[in-house]
Amino acid sequence: MIRVELALMLRRRRVWLCWTLLCALPALVAVLLATTRLAPAPGRGGAFLSAVVSNGQLFPAAALALVLPVFLPITVAVVAGDAIAGEASAGTLRYLLARPVGRLRLLVAKLVSVTAFVLLAVLLVTVTGYLVGVAAFGFGPDATLGGGGGIASLSGAVLTPAQLLVRTAGTVAYLALCMLTLGALGLFFSTLTDSPLAAALGVLAVVVTSAVLLPLDAAAAIRTFLPTTHWLAWIDLYRDPVLWPSIRRGALVQLGWISVAFGAAWANFATKDVTS
Amino acid sequence: MPATDTVIVTEGLTKRFGRVTAVDGVDLAVPRGVRFGLLGPNGSGKTTLVRMLLGLVHPTSGTVRLLDRPMPRGAGAVLPRVGALVEGPAAWPHLSGRDNLRLLDAAGRGSRRRGRRDRVEEVLRRVGLGAVDRRPVRAYSLGMRQRLGIAAALLRGPELLLLDEPTNGLDPRGINDVRELLVELNAAGTTVVLSSHLLSEVEALCTRVGVMDRGRLVLTEDLDVLRAPTGRVLVRTPDPAAVVGLLDGQVVGRDGDELVVRGDDPAELNARLVAAGIAVTGLTAQRRSLEQVVLESTGAGSDQVDGGRT
Repeated sequence: MIRVELALMLRRRRVWLCWTLLCALPALVAVLLATTRLAPAPGRGGAFLSAVVSNGQLFPAAALALVLPVFLPITVAVVAGDAIAGEASAGTLRYLLARPVGRLRLLVAKLVSVTAFVLLAVLLVTVTGYLVGVAAFGFGPDATLGGGGGIASLSGAVLTPAQLLVRTAGTVAYLALCMLTLGALGLFFSTLTDSPLAAALGVLAVVVTSAVLLPLDAAAAIRTFLPTTHWLAWIDLYRDPVLWPSIRRGALVQLGWISVAFGAAWANFATKDVTS
Repeated sequence: MPATDTVIVTEGLTKRFGRVTAVDGVDLAVPRGVRFGLLGPNGSGKTTLVRMLLGLVHPTSGTVRLLDRPMPRGAGAVLPRVGALVEGPAAWPHLSGRDNLRLLDAAGRGSRRRGRRDRVEEVLRRVGLGAVDRRPVRAYSLGMRQRLGIAAALLRGPELLLLDEPTNGLDPRGINDVRELLVELNAAGTTVVLSSHLLSEVEALCTRVGVMDRGRLVLTEDLDVLRAPTGRVLVRTPDPAAVVGLLDGQVVGRDGDELVVRGDDPAELNARLVAAGIAVTGLTAQRRSLEQVVLESTGAGSDQVDGGRT
Protein backbone atom coordinates (compact mmCIF):
# COMPACT_ATOMS: atom_id res chain seq x y z
CA MET A 1 0.00 0.00 0.00
CA ILE A 2 2.87 2.32 0.82
CA ARG A 3 4.28 1.83 -2.66
CA VAL A 4 0.88 2.55 -4.18
CA GLU A 5 0.60 5.73 -2.15
CA LEU A 6 4.05 6.94 -3.18
CA ALA A 7 3.30 6.19 -6.82
CA LEU A 8 0.05 8.12 -6.55
CA MET A 9 1.74 11.11 -4.92
CA LEU A 10 4.62 11.29 -7.36
CA ARG A 11 2.23 11.32 -10.30
CA ARG A 12 0.17 14.24 -9.04
CA ARG A 13 0.89 17.44 -10.88
CA ARG A 14 -0.03 19.44 -7.78
CA VAL A 15 2.82 17.89 -5.84
CA TRP A 16 5.39 18.86 -8.46
CA LEU A 17 3.92 22.34 -8.65
CA CYS A 18 4.34 22.72 -4.89
CA TRP A 19 7.98 21.66 -5.10
CA THR A 20 8.67 23.96 -8.02
CA LEU A 21 7.17 26.94 -6.24
CA LEU A 22 9.10 26.14 -3.09
CA CYS A 23 12.35 26.18 -5.03
CA ALA A 24 11.43 29.19 -7.14
CA LEU A 25 11.10 31.63 -4.24
CA PRO A 26 14.67 31.29 -2.91
CA ALA A 27 15.99 31.28 -6.47
CA LEU A 28 14.21 34.56 -7.11
CA VAL A 29 15.67 36.05 -3.96
CA ALA A 30 19.14 34.86 -4.97
CA VAL A 31 18.85 36.45 -8.37
CA LEU A 32 17.70 39.75 -6.88
CA LEU A 33 20.49 39.76 -4.32
CA ALA A 34 23.13 38.79 -6.84
CA THR A 35 22.16 41.49 -9.32
CA THR A 36 21.72 44.29 -6.81
CA ARG A 37 24.19 43.21 -4.12
CA LEU A 38 21.77 44.90 -1.73
CA ALA A 39 21.79 42.37 1.11
CA PRO A 40 19.72 43.23 4.15
CA ALA A 41 21.73 44.52 7.04
CA PRO A 42 22.72 41.91 9.62
CA GLY A 43 19.83 41.33 12.01
CA ARG A 44 17.22 42.37 9.46
CA GLY A 45 15.53 40.36 6.70
CA GLY A 46 15.47 36.59 6.71
CA ALA A 47 17.92 34.59 8.74
CA PHE A 48 21.34 34.24 7.07
CA LEU A 49 20.35 36.57 4.25
CA SER A 50 22.92 39.15 5.20
CA ALA A 51 25.66 36.54 5.20
CA VAL A 52 24.93 34.80 1.93
CA VAL A 53 26.24 37.55 -0.28
CA SER A 54 29.72 36.86 1.01
CA ASN A 55 29.34 33.09 0.88
CA GLY A 56 26.92 31.18 -1.35
CA GLN A 57 27.29 28.02 0.69
CA LEU A 58 25.10 29.52 3.40
CA PHE A 59 22.29 30.06 0.94
CA PRO A 60 20.56 26.68 1.62
CA ALA A 61 20.01 27.80 5.20
CA ALA A 62 18.76 31.17 4.01
CA ALA A 63 16.48 29.48 1.48
CA LEU A 64 14.94 27.27 4.16
CA ALA A 65 14.41 30.30 6.37
CA LEU A 66 12.63 32.01 3.49
CA VAL A 67 10.10 29.25 2.77
CA LEU A 68 9.60 28.16 6.37
CA PRO A 69 7.09 30.69 7.67
CA VAL A 70 4.44 30.55 4.91
CA PHE A 71 5.24 28.60 1.76
CA LEU A 72 6.25 25.32 3.31
CA PRO A 73 3.30 25.13 5.73
CA ILE A 74 0.87 25.88 2.92
CA THR A 75 2.15 23.14 0.65
CA VAL A 76 2.23 20.63 3.50
CA ALA A 77 -1.30 21.61 4.50
CA VAL A 78 -2.55 21.16 0.95
CA VAL A 79 -0.92 17.78 0.43
CA ALA A 80 -1.74 16.37 3.87
CA GLY A 81 -5.29 17.73 3.86
CA ASP A 82 -5.81 15.90 0.61
CA ALA A 83 -4.73 12.56 2.11
CA ILE A 84 -8.04 10.99 3.14
CA ALA A 85 -10.46 13.75 2.18
CA GLY A 86 -9.14 13.75 -1.37
CA GLU A 87 -9.79 10.03 -1.74
CA ALA A 88 -13.20 10.54 -0.17
CA SER A 89 -14.21 13.32 -2.53
CA ALA A 90 -12.90 11.41 -5.55
CA GLY A 91 -14.80 8.34 -4.35
CA THR A 92 -11.72 6.14 -4.42
CA LEU A 93 -11.72 5.79 -0.63
CA ARG A 94 -14.62 3.34 -0.65
CA TYR A 95 -12.94 1.22 -3.31
CA LEU A 96 -9.65 1.16 -1.45
CA LEU A 97 -11.38 0.08 1.75
CA ALA A 98 -13.38 -2.54 -0.14
CA ARG A 99 -10.24 -4.03 -1.69
CA PRO A 100 -9.75 -4.37 1.30
CA VAL A 101 -7.01 -2.05 2.52
CA GLY A 102 -7.04 -1.99 6.32
CA ARG A 103 -7.91 1.43 7.68
CA LEU A 104 -4.81 1.67 9.90
CA ARG A 105 -2.68 0.51 7.00
CA LEU A 106 -4.15 3.19 4.78
CA LEU A 107 -3.47 5.88 7.39
CA VAL A 108 0.12 4.71 7.85
CA ALA A 109 0.65 4.69 4.09
CA LYS A 110 -0.76 8.21 3.88
CA LEU A 111 1.52 9.38 6.69
CA VAL A 112 4.51 7.84 4.96
CA SER A 113 3.64 9.53 1.69
CA VAL A 114 3.19 12.89 3.45
CA THR A 115 6.56 12.33 5.14
CA ALA A 116 8.15 11.61 1.78
CA PHE A 117 6.63 14.78 0.38
CA VAL A 118 7.90 16.88 3.27
CA LEU A 119 11.39 15.38 3.21
CA LEU A 120 11.70 15.81 -0.54
CA ALA A 121 10.38 19.37 -0.31
CA VAL A 122 12.97 20.36 2.28
CA LEU A 123 15.72 18.49 0.45
CA LEU A 124 14.88 20.05 -2.89
CA VAL A 125 14.89 23.54 -1.39
CA THR A 126 18.24 22.82 0.21
CA VAL A 127 19.83 21.45 -2.93
CA THR A 128 18.45 24.22 -5.13
CA GLY A 129 19.54 26.70 -2.50
CA TYR A 130 23.06 25.35 -2.59
CA LEU A 131 23.32 25.32 -6.37
CA VAL A 132 21.77 28.75 -6.78
CA GLY A 133 23.76 30.16 -3.89
CA VAL A 134 27.09 28.93 -5.12
CA ALA A 135 26.32 30.03 -8.65
CA ALA A 136 25.24 33.49 -7.57
CA PHE A 137 27.67 34.25 -4.76
CA GLY A 138 30.54 31.80 -5.14
CA PHE A 139 32.37 30.15 -2.26
CA GLY A 140 33.08 33.44 -0.61
CA PRO A 141 36.20 35.31 0.46
CA ASP A 142 36.33 33.23 3.62
CA ALA A 143 38.06 30.57 1.60
CA THR A 144 41.40 31.94 2.67
CA LEU A 145 40.28 31.95 6.27
CA GLY A 146 39.42 28.31 6.81
CA GLY A 147 40.93 26.98 3.64
CA GLY A 148 38.81 25.17 1.08
CA GLY A 149 35.70 27.28 1.40
CA GLY A 150 35.34 27.41 5.17
CA ILE A 151 32.42 29.35 6.58
CA ALA A 152 32.05 31.43 9.67
CA SER A 153 29.42 29.97 12.00
CA LEU A 154 27.04 32.28 13.82
CA SER A 155 29.38 32.10 16.77
CA GLY A 156 32.33 33.20 14.72
CA ALA A 157 34.29 29.96 14.59
CA VAL A 158 34.91 28.56 11.15
CA LEU A 159 33.03 25.51 9.86
CA THR A 160 34.58 23.22 7.28
CA PRO A 161 32.41 22.23 4.31
CA ALA A 162 32.08 18.74 5.81
CA GLN A 163 30.76 20.15 9.06
CA LEU A 164 28.44 22.36 7.12
CA LEU A 165 27.09 19.38 5.22
CA VAL A 166 26.33 17.51 8.44
CA ARG A 167 24.62 20.55 9.90
CA THR A 168 22.60 21.09 6.78
CA ALA A 169 21.48 17.47 6.92
CA GLY A 170 20.48 18.06 10.52
CA THR A 171 18.50 21.10 9.44
CA VAL A 172 16.69 19.12 6.78
CA ALA A 173 15.76 16.44 9.30
CA TYR A 174 14.62 18.94 11.92
CA LEU A 175 12.51 20.99 9.54
CA ALA A 176 10.99 17.87 8.06
CA LEU A 177 9.99 16.88 11.58
CA CYS A 178 8.41 20.30 12.17
CA MET A 179 6.49 20.05 8.92
CA LEU A 180 5.46 16.51 9.68
CA THR A 181 3.57 17.90 12.67
CA LEU A 182 1.46 19.81 10.19
CA GLY A 183 1.28 16.71 8.02
CA ALA A 184 -0.09 14.59 10.86
CA LEU A 185 -2.56 17.34 11.78
CA GLY A 186 -3.62 17.52 8.14
CA LEU A 187 -4.14 13.77 8.13
CA PHE A 188 -6.33 14.06 11.21
CA PHE A 189 -8.42 16.90 9.76
CA SER A 190 -8.58 14.93 6.56
CA THR A 191 -10.40 12.11 8.34
CA LEU A 192 -12.93 14.57 9.77
CA THR A 193 -14.19 15.96 6.49
CA ASP A 194 -14.71 14.93 2.90
CA SER A 195 -13.39 18.28 1.69
CA PRO A 196 -9.62 18.49 1.09
CA LEU A 197 -9.85 22.28 1.16
CA ALA A 198 -11.43 22.32 4.62
CA ALA A 199 -8.72 20.01 5.95
CA ALA A 200 -5.94 22.18 4.50
CA LEU A 201 -7.51 25.32 5.92
CA GLY A 202 -7.75 23.59 9.28
CA VAL A 203 -3.99 23.08 9.28
CA LEU A 204 -3.37 26.69 8.33
CA ALA A 205 -5.73 27.79 11.10
CA VAL A 206 -3.56 25.89 13.57
CA VAL A 207 -0.41 27.54 12.20
CA VAL A 208 -1.92 31.02 12.36
CA THR A 209 -3.34 30.47 15.84
CA SER A 210 0.02 29.29 17.06
CA ALA A 211 1.79 32.24 15.45
CA VAL A 212 -0.68 34.67 17.02
CA LEU A 213 -0.30 33.18 20.50
CA LEU A 214 3.48 32.99 20.29
CA PRO A 215 4.34 36.62 21.15
CA LEU A 216 1.60 36.94 23.77
CA ASP A 217 2.85 37.09 27.32
CA ALA A 218 -0.52 35.76 28.44
CA ALA A 219 0.21 32.58 26.50
CA ALA A 220 3.62 32.10 28.09
CA ALA A 221 2.46 29.03 30.02
CA ILE A 222 1.64 27.08 26.87
CA ARG A 223 4.27 28.64 24.62
CA THR A 224 6.59 25.65 24.75
CA PHE A 225 3.84 23.38 23.47
CA LEU A 226 2.77 25.48 20.50
CA PRO A 227 3.65 23.76 17.23
CA THR A 228 5.42 26.76 15.70
CA THR A 229 7.44 27.82 18.77
CA HIS A 230 10.49 25.76 17.92
CA TRP A 231 10.48 26.20 14.19
CA LEU A 232 13.57 28.40 14.27
CA ALA A 233 15.53 26.26 16.72
CA TRP A 234 17.48 24.75 13.80
CA ILE A 235 19.42 27.99 13.54
CA ASP A 236 21.30 26.79 16.61
CA LEU A 237 22.74 24.05 14.41
CA TYR A 238 24.87 26.72 12.78
CA ARG A 239 26.48 27.76 16.04
CA ASP A 240 29.75 26.27 17.14
CA PRO A 241 29.47 24.27 19.26
CA VAL A 242 25.89 23.37 18.44
CA LEU A 243 23.35 24.48 21.04
CA TRP A 244 21.35 21.31 21.53
CA PRO A 245 18.77 22.10 24.28
CA SER A 246 16.32 24.08 22.17
CA ILE A 247 16.65 21.66 19.27
CA ARG A 248 16.02 18.71 21.55
CA ARG A 249 13.01 20.38 23.16
CA GLY A 250 11.68 21.32 19.74
CA ALA A 251 12.02 17.78 18.42
CA LEU A 252 10.22 16.38 21.47
CA VAL A 253 7.33 18.81 21.09
CA GLN A 254 6.99 17.96 17.39
CA LEU A 255 7.05 14.22 18.12
CA GLY A 256 4.36 14.76 20.73
CA TRP A 257 2.16 16.59 18.24
CA ILE A 258 2.71 13.95 15.60
CA SER A 259 1.74 11.07 17.88
CA VAL A 260 -1.31 12.89 19.23
CA ALA A 261 -2.50 13.93 15.77
CA PHE A 262 -1.92 10.50 14.26
CA GLY A 263 -3.62 8.82 17.22
CA ALA A 264 -6.60 11.12 16.83
CA ALA A 265 -6.71 10.40 13.09
CA TRP A 266 -6.73 6.68 13.76
CA ALA A 267 -9.31 6.92 16.55
CA ASN A 268 -11.62 8.83 14.27
CA PHE A 269 -11.04 6.87 11.09
CA ALA A 270 -11.12 3.34 12.55
CA THR A 271 -14.86 3.41 13.21
CA LYS A 272 -15.92 6.12 10.80
CA ASP A 273 -18.85 5.50 8.47
CA VAL A 274 -17.54 5.96 4.96
CA THR A 275 -20.47 7.52 3.16
CA SER A 276 -18.56 9.42 0.52
CA MET B 1 -30.24 -24.81 4.96
CA PRO B 2 -26.46 -25.25 5.28
CA ALA B 3 -24.74 -21.96 5.88
CA THR B 4 -22.53 -22.23 2.81
CA ASP B 5 -25.56 -21.99 0.56
CA THR B 6 -26.13 -18.40 1.58
CA VAL B 7 -23.63 -15.72 0.63
CA ILE B 8 -25.31 -12.83 2.42
CA VAL B 9 -27.22 -13.03 5.68
CA THR B 10 -28.30 -9.98 7.62
CA GLU B 11 -30.33 -10.06 10.81
CA GLY B 12 -32.22 -7.06 12.13
CA LEU B 13 -29.78 -4.79 10.29
CA THR B 14 -30.43 -1.18 11.21
CA LYS B 15 -28.58 2.04 10.51
CA ARG B 16 -29.50 5.43 11.85
CA PHE B 17 -27.78 8.64 10.77
CA GLY B 18 -28.78 11.01 13.54
CA ARG B 19 -32.56 10.98 13.51
CA VAL B 20 -32.86 9.47 10.05
CA THR B 21 -33.26 5.71 9.91
CA ALA B 22 -31.68 4.74 6.61
CA VAL B 23 -31.98 0.99 7.01
CA ASP B 24 -34.54 -0.47 9.37
CA GLY B 25 -34.45 -4.05 10.63
CA VAL B 26 -33.48 -5.72 7.37
CA ASP B 27 -33.36 -9.53 7.35
CA LEU B 28 -31.87 -10.41 4.02
CA ALA B 29 -30.69 -13.79 2.79
CA VAL B 30 -29.12 -14.19 -0.62
CA PRO B 31 -28.52 -17.78 -1.74
CA ARG B 32 -25.36 -18.67 -3.59
CA GLY B 33 -25.51 -18.65 -7.36
CA VAL B 34 -28.53 -16.39 -7.87
CA ARG B 35 -28.79 -13.07 -9.62
CA PHE B 36 -30.36 -10.99 -6.91
CA GLY B 37 -31.96 -7.65 -7.61
CA LEU B 38 -32.33 -5.16 -4.81
CA LEU B 39 -35.03 -2.84 -5.96
CA GLY B 40 -36.32 0.31 -4.42
CA PRO B 41 -36.92 3.99 -5.04
CA ASN B 42 -34.09 6.47 -4.51
CA GLY B 43 -33.37 6.97 -0.84
CA SER B 44 -34.88 3.66 0.21
CA GLY B 45 -31.64 2.53 1.84
CA LYS B 46 -30.19 0.31 -0.88
CA THR B 47 -26.82 2.00 -0.96
CA THR B 48 -26.50 2.17 2.81
CA LEU B 49 -27.32 -1.54 2.94
CA VAL B 50 -24.61 -2.31 0.37
CA ARG B 51 -22.14 -0.14 2.29
CA MET B 52 -22.90 -2.07 5.47
CA LEU B 53 -22.38 -5.37 3.65
CA LEU B 54 -18.93 -4.13 2.65
CA GLY B 55 -18.06 -2.84 6.10
CA LEU B 56 -17.84 0.77 4.95
CA VAL B 57 -20.69 1.82 7.22
CA HIS B 58 -21.06 0.34 10.68
CA PRO B 59 -24.55 -0.87 11.62
CA THR B 60 -26.36 0.78 14.51
CA SER B 61 -27.66 -2.67 15.39
CA GLY B 62 -28.03 -6.07 13.79
CA THR B 63 -25.50 -8.32 12.14
CA VAL B 64 -24.08 -8.98 8.70
CA ARG B 65 -22.55 -12.24 7.53
CA LEU B 66 -20.83 -12.15 4.19
CA LEU B 67 -19.59 -15.43 2.71
CA ASP B 68 -19.98 -16.97 6.17
CA ARG B 69 -17.88 -14.40 7.99
CA PRO B 70 -19.14 -11.66 10.25
CA MET B 71 -18.68 -8.14 8.88
CA PRO B 72 -16.98 -5.79 9.35
CA ARG B 73 -14.70 -7.98 11.53
CA GLY B 74 -13.98 -10.48 8.78
CA ALA B 75 -13.35 -7.84 6.12
CA GLY B 76 -9.73 -8.82 5.60
CA ALA B 77 -10.65 -12.40 4.78
CA VAL B 78 -13.93 -11.85 2.95
CA LEU B 79 -13.56 -8.75 0.82
CA PRO B 80 -10.83 -10.17 -1.45
CA ARG B 81 -13.52 -12.61 -2.61
CA VAL B 82 -16.03 -9.84 -3.27
CA GLY B 83 -16.14 -7.38 -6.14
CA ALA B 84 -18.05 -4.17 -5.61
CA LEU B 85 -19.38 -1.15 -7.40
CA VAL B 86 -20.78 1.27 -4.85
CA GLU B 87 -22.69 4.40 -5.78
CA GLY B 88 -21.06 4.88 -9.12
CA PRO B 89 -17.52 4.20 -10.26
CA ALA B 90 -14.55 6.21 -9.00
CA ALA B 91 -10.98 6.44 -10.18
CA TRP B 92 -7.93 8.62 -9.71
CA PRO B 93 -8.65 11.18 -12.40
CA HIS B 94 -5.04 11.99 -13.27
CA LEU B 95 -4.18 8.40 -14.22
CA SER B 96 -5.22 6.25 -17.17
CA GLY B 97 -7.76 3.50 -16.66
CA ARG B 98 -5.04 0.90 -16.99
CA ASP B 99 -2.86 2.57 -14.35
CA ASN B 100 -5.87 2.92 -12.08
CA LEU B 101 -6.51 -0.81 -12.22
CA ARG B 102 -2.82 -1.63 -11.71
CA LEU B 103 -2.62 0.53 -8.62
CA LEU B 104 -5.90 -0.79 -7.29
CA ASP B 105 -4.67 -4.31 -7.88
CA ALA B 106 -1.47 -3.51 -6.00
CA ALA B 107 -3.37 -2.01 -3.06
CA GLY B 108 -4.39 -4.21 -0.22
CA ARG B 109 -2.81 -7.15 1.46
CA GLY B 110 -1.62 -10.22 -0.41
CA SER B 111 -1.78 -8.74 -3.87
CA ARG B 112 0.64 -10.48 -6.16
CA ARG B 113 2.73 -8.60 -8.64
CA ARG B 114 2.93 -11.66 -10.85
CA GLY B 115 0.25 -11.71 -13.49
CA ARG B 116 -0.90 -8.19 -12.69
CA ARG B 117 -0.53 -6.99 -16.24
CA ASP B 118 -2.51 -9.96 -17.54
CA ARG B 119 -5.20 -9.59 -14.88
CA VAL B 120 -5.69 -5.96 -15.78
CA GLU B 121 -5.78 -6.61 -19.53
CA GLU B 122 -8.23 -9.46 -19.01
CA VAL B 123 -10.79 -7.42 -17.07
CA LEU B 124 -10.41 -4.47 -19.44
CA ARG B 125 -11.14 -6.80 -22.32
CA ARG B 126 -14.17 -8.28 -20.56
CA VAL B 127 -15.81 -4.90 -20.10
CA GLY B 128 -15.01 -3.79 -23.62
CA LEU B 129 -12.14 -1.42 -22.80
CA GLY B 130 -9.41 -3.70 -24.14
CA ALA B 131 -8.17 -1.15 -26.66
CA VAL B 132 -8.36 1.85 -24.35
CA ASP B 133 -5.50 4.33 -24.78
CA ARG B 134 -3.41 6.28 -22.29
CA ARG B 135 -5.88 9.10 -21.75
CA PRO B 136 -6.40 9.96 -18.09
CA VAL B 137 -9.72 8.88 -16.61
CA ARG B 138 -10.59 12.55 -16.28
CA ALA B 139 -11.22 12.50 -20.04
CA TYR B 140 -13.41 9.38 -20.00
CA SER B 141 -17.09 9.44 -20.83
CA LEU B 142 -19.59 8.39 -18.18
CA GLY B 143 -20.05 5.06 -19.91
CA MET B 144 -16.31 4.37 -19.99
CA ARG B 145 -16.02 5.17 -16.31
CA GLN B 146 -18.86 2.80 -15.59
CA ARG B 147 -17.13 0.04 -17.55
CA LEU B 148 -13.89 0.78 -15.72
CA GLY B 149 -15.72 0.51 -12.40
CA ILE B 150 -17.07 -2.89 -13.36
CA ALA B 151 -13.60 -3.95 -14.50
CA ALA B 152 -12.23 -2.99 -11.09
CA ALA B 153 -14.92 -5.09 -9.41
CA LEU B 154 -13.88 -8.10 -11.49
CA LEU B 155 -10.14 -7.78 -10.79
CA ARG B 156 -9.85 -10.60 -8.30
CA GLY B 157 -12.29 -13.00 -9.93
CA PRO B 158 -14.80 -12.57 -7.10
CA GLU B 159 -17.32 -15.16 -5.88
CA LEU B 160 -19.76 -12.41 -5.13
CA LEU B 161 -20.39 -9.24 -7.10
CA LEU B 162 -22.14 -6.37 -5.34
CA LEU B 163 -23.12 -3.85 -7.97
CA ASP B 164 -24.94 -0.64 -7.21
CA GLU B 165 -26.67 0.70 -10.34
CA PRO B 166 -24.23 -1.05 -12.71
CA THR B 167 -25.70 0.26 -15.96
CA ASN B 168 -25.89 3.90 -14.98
CA GLY B 169 -24.67 6.13 -17.76
CA LEU B 170 -24.38 3.36 -20.33
CA ASP B 171 -26.01 3.51 -23.74
CA PRO B 172 -28.37 0.68 -24.81
CA ARG B 173 -25.49 -1.23 -26.36
CA GLY B 174 -23.47 -0.90 -23.18
CA ILE B 175 -26.40 -1.98 -21.04
CA ASN B 176 -26.75 -5.07 -23.16
CA ASP B 177 -23.00 -5.80 -22.95
CA VAL B 178 -23.05 -5.54 -19.17
CA ARG B 179 -26.12 -7.77 -18.93
CA GLU B 180 -24.49 -10.42 -21.05
CA LEU B 181 -21.31 -10.19 -19.01
CA LEU B 182 -23.18 -10.58 -15.74
CA VAL B 183 -25.19 -13.53 -17.01
CA GLU B 184 -21.98 -15.14 -18.23
CA LEU B 185 -20.25 -14.60 -14.88
CA ASN B 186 -23.29 -15.90 -13.06
CA ALA B 187 -23.33 -19.03 -15.22
CA ALA B 188 -19.69 -19.56 -14.22
CA GLY B 189 -20.71 -19.56 -10.56
CA THR B 190 -20.53 -15.93 -9.45
CA THR B 191 -23.37 -14.72 -7.29
CA VAL B 192 -24.52 -11.35 -8.59
CA VAL B 193 -26.30 -8.86 -6.38
CA LEU B 194 -27.33 -5.65 -8.04
CA SER B 195 -29.29 -2.77 -6.70
CA SER B 196 -31.29 -0.55 -8.94
CA HIS B 197 -34.23 1.77 -9.04
CA LEU B 198 -34.91 0.63 -12.60
CA LEU B 199 -37.50 -2.09 -12.79
CA SER B 200 -36.58 -3.04 -16.33
CA GLU B 201 -33.00 -3.57 -15.22
CA VAL B 202 -33.92 -6.01 -12.49
CA GLU B 203 -36.64 -7.67 -14.52
CA ALA B 204 -34.26 -8.33 -17.40
CA LEU B 205 -31.44 -9.71 -15.34
CA CYS B 206 -32.42 -11.09 -11.97
CA THR B 207 -33.75 -14.40 -10.79
CA ARG B 208 -34.65 -13.20 -7.32
CA VAL B 209 -35.84 -9.83 -6.15
CA GLY B 210 -35.81 -7.93 -2.89
CA VAL B 211 -37.85 -4.75 -2.67
CA MET B 212 -36.83 -1.99 -0.29
CA ASP B 213 -39.00 0.84 0.86
CA ARG B 214 -38.10 3.52 3.39
CA GLY B 215 -35.29 1.44 4.81
CA ARG B 216 -37.27 -1.75 5.16
CA LEU B 217 -37.05 -4.86 3.05
CA VAL B 218 -40.73 -5.28 2.24
CA LEU B 219 -40.54 -8.26 -0.07
CA THR B 220 -38.11 -11.01 -1.10
CA GLU B 221 -39.23 -13.45 -3.72
CA ASP B 222 -38.19 -15.33 -6.82
CA LEU B 223 -39.03 -13.43 -9.95
CA ASP B 224 -40.89 -16.44 -11.35
CA VAL B 225 -43.20 -16.52 -8.36
CA LEU B 226 -43.88 -12.81 -8.53
CA ARG B 227 -44.66 -13.07 -12.16
CA ALA B 228 -46.75 -16.23 -11.92
CA PRO B 229 -50.07 -16.17 -13.81
CA THR B 230 -52.79 -14.41 -11.87
CA GLY B 231 -55.51 -16.85 -12.92
CA ARG B 232 -56.94 -14.37 -15.38
CA VAL B 233 -56.81 -14.16 -19.13
CA LEU B 234 -56.68 -11.00 -21.22
CA VAL B 235 -58.89 -11.27 -24.28
CA ARG B 236 -58.77 -8.78 -27.12
CA THR B 237 -61.67 -8.92 -29.53
CA PRO B 238 -63.50 -6.67 -31.96
CA ASP B 239 -66.78 -7.85 -30.47
CA PRO B 240 -66.59 -7.46 -26.68
CA ALA B 241 -70.34 -7.55 -26.16
CA ALA B 242 -70.57 -11.08 -27.61
CA VAL B 243 -67.83 -12.26 -25.27
CA VAL B 244 -69.59 -10.78 -22.28
CA GLY B 245 -72.75 -12.53 -23.42
CA LEU B 246 -71.02 -15.89 -23.78
CA LEU B 247 -68.92 -15.79 -20.64
CA ASP B 248 -71.39 -14.11 -18.32
CA GLY B 249 -70.03 -13.88 -14.81
CA GLN B 250 -66.49 -14.81 -15.81
CA VAL B 251 -65.64 -11.37 -17.19
CA VAL B 252 -64.20 -9.30 -14.37
CA GLY B 253 -63.02 -6.22 -16.22
CA ARG B 254 -63.36 -4.39 -19.48
CA ASP B 255 -61.31 -1.67 -21.08
CA GLY B 256 -62.44 -0.85 -24.61
CA ASP B 257 -62.03 -4.00 -26.66
CA GLU B 258 -59.89 -5.71 -24.03
CA LEU B 259 -61.53 -7.92 -21.45
CA VAL B 260 -60.22 -9.53 -18.31
CA VAL B 261 -61.64 -13.02 -17.93
CA ARG B 262 -61.32 -15.33 -14.94
CA GLY B 263 -59.78 -18.67 -15.97
CA ASP B 264 -56.46 -20.53 -15.90
CA ASP B 265 -56.37 -21.96 -19.39
CA PRO B 266 -56.14 -19.57 -22.33
CA ALA B 267 -56.24 -22.46 -24.84
CA GLU B 268 -59.53 -23.76 -23.53
CA LEU B 269 -61.00 -20.26 -23.48
CA ASN B 270 -59.86 -19.66 -27.01
CA ALA B 271 -61.52 -22.86 -28.18
CA ARG B 272 -64.82 -21.81 -26.57
CA LEU B 273 -64.74 -18.35 -28.13
CA VAL B 274 -63.89 -19.65 -31.58
CA ALA B 275 -66.54 -22.35 -31.32
CA ALA B 276 -69.09 -19.60 -30.60
CA GLY B 277 -67.91 -17.76 -33.74
CA ILE B 278 -66.38 -14.81 -31.87
CA ALA B 279 -63.33 -13.24 -33.52
CA VAL B 280 -60.30 -13.06 -31.20
CA THR B 281 -57.38 -10.76 -31.99
CA GLY B 282 -55.34 -11.36 -28.86
CA LEU B 283 -55.30 -13.73 -25.92
CA THR B 284 -52.74 -13.94 -23.10
CA ALA B 285 -52.57 -15.24 -19.57
CA GLN B 286 -52.36 -12.21 -17.32
CA ARG B 287 -49.12 -11.80 -15.35
CA ARG B 288 -48.42 -9.13 -12.87
CA SER B 289 -45.58 -6.97 -14.03
CA LEU B 290 -42.77 -6.34 -11.58
CA GLU B 291 -43.86 -2.74 -11.68
CA GLN B 292 -47.24 -3.61 -10.20
CA VAL B 293 -45.64 -5.75 -7.53
CA VAL B 294 -43.30 -2.98 -6.55
CA LEU B 295 -45.93 -0.28 -6.58
CA GLU B 296 -48.14 -2.46 -4.42
CA SER B 297 -45.41 -3.07 -1.87
CA THR B 298 -43.87 0.38 -1.67
CA GLY B 299 -45.08 3.85 -0.92
CA ALA B 300 -43.84 7.08 -2.41
CA GLY B 301 -40.11 7.48 -3.02
CA SER B 302 -38.51 8.96 0.03
CA ASP B 303 -36.94 11.77 -1.95
CA GLN B 304 -40.50 12.89 -2.55
CA VAL B 305 -41.51 15.19 0.25
CA ASP B 306 -45.24 15.41 0.75
CA GLY B 307 -47.05 17.00 3.63
CA GLY B 308 -48.37 14.19 5.79
CA ARG B 309 -48.52 10.53 5.00
CA THR B 310 -51.87 8.95 4.20
